[in-house]
Amino acid sequence: MRYIPVTDRDREEMLSRCGADSIEYLFSSIPEEVRLKRPLNLPSAKSEMELIRYMQSVAAKNSNTNGYACFLGAGAYDHYIPSVISHLISRQEFFTAYTPYQPEISQGTLTAIFEYQTMICELTGMDVSNASMYDGASALAEACVISSYSSRKKSEIIIVEDMHPEYKETVETYLKFRGIKYMSMTVEQLMNADLTNTAGVCVQYPSFYGDIYDMERIGSYVKQSGSLLIVCANPVALALLKSPRDFGADFVVGEGQPLGMPLGFGGPYLGFFACTKEHMRKMPGRIVGKTTDVDGKTAYVLTLQAREQHIRREKATSNICSNQALCALMATIYLSVTGKEGFKQVAKRCVDNAHYVYEGLLKTGRFEKTSDMPFFHEFTVKPKEDIASLNKYLYKNGFIGGLETERGWLIAVTEKRTKEEMDEFIKRAGEFNG
Amino acid sequence: MAELIFNLSKEGKCAFSLPQSQVPSYEIDEMYTRKDDAQLPQVSEVDVIRHFTNISRRNYGVDQGFYPLGSCTMKYNPKLNEDVAKLPGLNSLHPYQPEYQVQGALEAAYELTRYLCEITGMSGATLQPAAGAHGEMTGIMIIKAYHQSRNDYKRTKMIVPDSAHGTNPASAATAGYEVVQVKSDEKGLVDINALSAMMDDETAGLMLTNPNTLGLFESNITKIAKIVHDKGGLLYYDGANLNAIMGIARPFDMGFDVVHLNLHKTMSTPHGGGGPGSGPVCVREDLTRFLPKPVICKKGESYYLDYDRKDSIGRVRAFYGNYLVYVRALSYILTMGPEGLKSASETAVLNANYIMAGVKDNFVIPYDRFCMHEFVLSGIEQKEKYGVSTLDMAKRLLDYGYHPPTIYFPMIVHEGMMIEPTETESKETLDEFIGVLNKIAKEAKEDAQLLHDAPHNTYVRRLDEVTAARNPILKWEKEQDE
Repeated sequence: MRYIPVTDRDREEMLSRCGADSIEYLFSSIPEEVRLKRPLNLPSAKSEMELIRYMQSVAAKNSNTNGYACFLGAGAYDHYIPSVISHLISRQEFFTAYTPYQPEISQGTLTAIFEYQTMICELTGMDVSNASMYDGASALAEACVISSYSSRKKSEIIIVEDMHPEYKETVETYLKFRGIKYMSMTVEQLMNADLTNTAGVCVQYPSFYGDIYDMERIGSYVKQSGSLLIVCANPVALALLKSPRDFGADFVVGEGQPLGMPLGFGGPYLGFFACTKEHMRKMPGRIVGKTTDVDGKTAYVLTLQAREQHIRREKATSNICSNQALCALMATIYLSVTGKEGFKQVAKRCVDNAHYVYEGLLKTGRFEKTSDMPFFHEFTVKPKEDIASLNKYLYKNGFIGGLETERGWLIAVTEKRTKEEMDEFIKRAGEFNG
Repeated sequence: MAELIFNLSKEGKCAFSLPQSQVPSYEIDEMYTRKDDAQLPQVSEVDVIRHFTNISRRNYGVDQGFYPLGSCTMKYNPKLNEDVAKLPGLNSLHPYQPEYQVQGALEAAYELTRYLCEITGMSGATLQPAAGAHGEMTGIMIIKAYHQSRNDYKRTKMIVPDSAHGTNPASAATAGYEVVQVKSDEKGLVDINALSAMMDDETAGLMLTNPNTLGLFESNITKIAKIVHDKGGLLYYDGANLNAIMGIARPFDMGFDVVHLNLHKTMSTPHGGGGPGSGPVCVREDLTRFLPKPVICKKGESYYLDYDRKDSIGRVRAFYGNYLVYVRALSYILTMGPEGLKSASETAVLNANYIMAGVKDNFVIPYDRFCMHEFVLSGIEQKEKYGVSTLDMAKRLLDYGYHPPTIYFPMIVHEGMMIEPTETESKETLDEFIGVLNKIAKEAKEDAQLLHDAPHNTYVRRLDEVTAARNPILKWEKEQDE
């Protein structure tokens, strides 16, 4: 057995040392009636060669973004991933370590998380960041739960429409089981809404459809009503767009996948979660802090653990335990590699490319505008043709087209797209005729 | 030496380049743009490589040595599965590509759900939960949805044993339940009489780990299931300890209704310093309608995502879970096969019993009978006689090059140390570890101070955690660094 190094002879010796005459004997506490009396009905063991061949054959049934230029976004983005990330995270010291509960032998992970927290605070303008959440949707849901619990007088949550539909569904699941009331409304409805019972308002930035709202207007209305503002942001957009601190955000959460993680058919991704100092002790998940050891040497350690499940059990602010540490490390390395200037350049190139494709599509005369709002790297247009058929046609021509949504065809364009790809995409999309 | 990447930053350095742009520049109206740049570091590629390589060396991974961390199943993470997860046909797929473009990806996920159902005895599964606790939350929500579908709204409580993982009560609370605790009896098992007295028609169910956190199989499991089911409750299986029973006994056959698995424990996917994990949930037939949507289904020869599920609890995250984690688990299951999985459990149990036998002369074993894949010893004697705590002994293990076991858990054991060797360790490794634990017992007797001061050889020594929590410094700031 490849991964089991105990030999038959070892087994004999070990059993005798344990005072058992057979392996079976060790399992005598399991009653007969619940034993499985047949082998598991699974495929028989594959050798290394068979396994890799099989998995390659499964992978070959998929069309991947190396072979098809991807114009699909909607919460997962095809950005370029610098080579160093995979090399560094593959170091076994990061890759095969457990959660850093033993700080003396976990300073690598702890240091990286401290750096990650710093970078997330820089992007979001918040005071504190945790060590990561499962993904953007669950991070948003946890922010809504905390907001609801943070005030005695107000407990309801408002979700501003044009939120990613799957994020909205996730928030709904988290809230309904806790018995927290929520409703969703448009920005215009929000600006006239009575927020007396509203604990928190969550807004996506830019919206699911790519719109960049006037966040100062939203922020000042929400704050004036004494409610909390929860912003679900695209981290790449934050390189250029107004920092959420500037319009009064209390919580800034979002999906960190664009920061160096592969598309991976939806995961593992990275939920980031940051907030103002005021909410620090109610944050979910792990947090790393700086301290010293007995010799006075600087060190990092998991801290404020009195919020967490292993100490507080049912009174914990969240049940989260394992998070997405390795993905947080990927983001940290990504933001180090791109750095202050490179990260802005990525964002700027996304803007340039997306506007180039947008203008190009409109110029074909086959697409209608759906919004006059500014956008970052994602937008909708309304095609004259059926979207599923259009996408099929594009697929035949080497493209993964945009998502069909209620407001039209949702297209994302990252820095990865070349002018040739964009020109061809516009041309093919424009020529498609039923 | 520079501690942080920020200390290496220098104006003008950059480790990144984009191709020349060939499209016109577009400026977003400045009413929407930020005034100050995010202060990210400005470093070279060599800076990045050296910094992260150097800090990584302050970590300890499974590839380095023994990691007997109880309840965490730190087994070897096969390298082959890493190659699988890097195949572009899996790694570079957008989750919203139409089904006809990703049939292989759906097939892999579908097959995995079938295998997990076979291993647990269940009928349907979701791969959406991102970790064990996320799976627990999902499973408890399914239990709540089941009761409510029967118009049974009076059940407000969830029973959890006093030996349970902290996530159990916390997860029950996320689903809106009040948590009540059932005590363990003198044998370390759920106290059947206490459970009977507690279980009523206001209780939604019982969450149980089996084998439990003491490493003991709940031999009364069919009785427990009957008590819970007779009062209309459901039985939840925390799969943290599944590594003891693969191919030997199945949660469904024991009477469990809902199960979550930790693929990052039992199915060998790497922990990554705290995730990503994967926490699929498997359920019995009549509960499949409550699973999070979408559910991966097969019709004829093709696979599809079924979103049309009106009784579903909803989503617990975006997309389909930690896909690249669970394809590693699929590779593992296919590599092991049915005999391999069974042998893994048998060997894990043998290894744990072997260590227990090897150290029992020097430590108190509170529940002294055969254990399953892990056991808990007590450092009470060292504490009372020599003033040496289990923490001291755990820190001393660092000096000998081991990751210490889980300590002070479960809370019902004084000065507890929970040891789980897993099946991927050789007899030689176990012998060395036994020798070191016994040596530490001797050191406790002869030189308590040596243990109070441990560790001595690590990159940093014991930390001031009190100041860290009282006066939190949670990010780097230029001023404070100078």
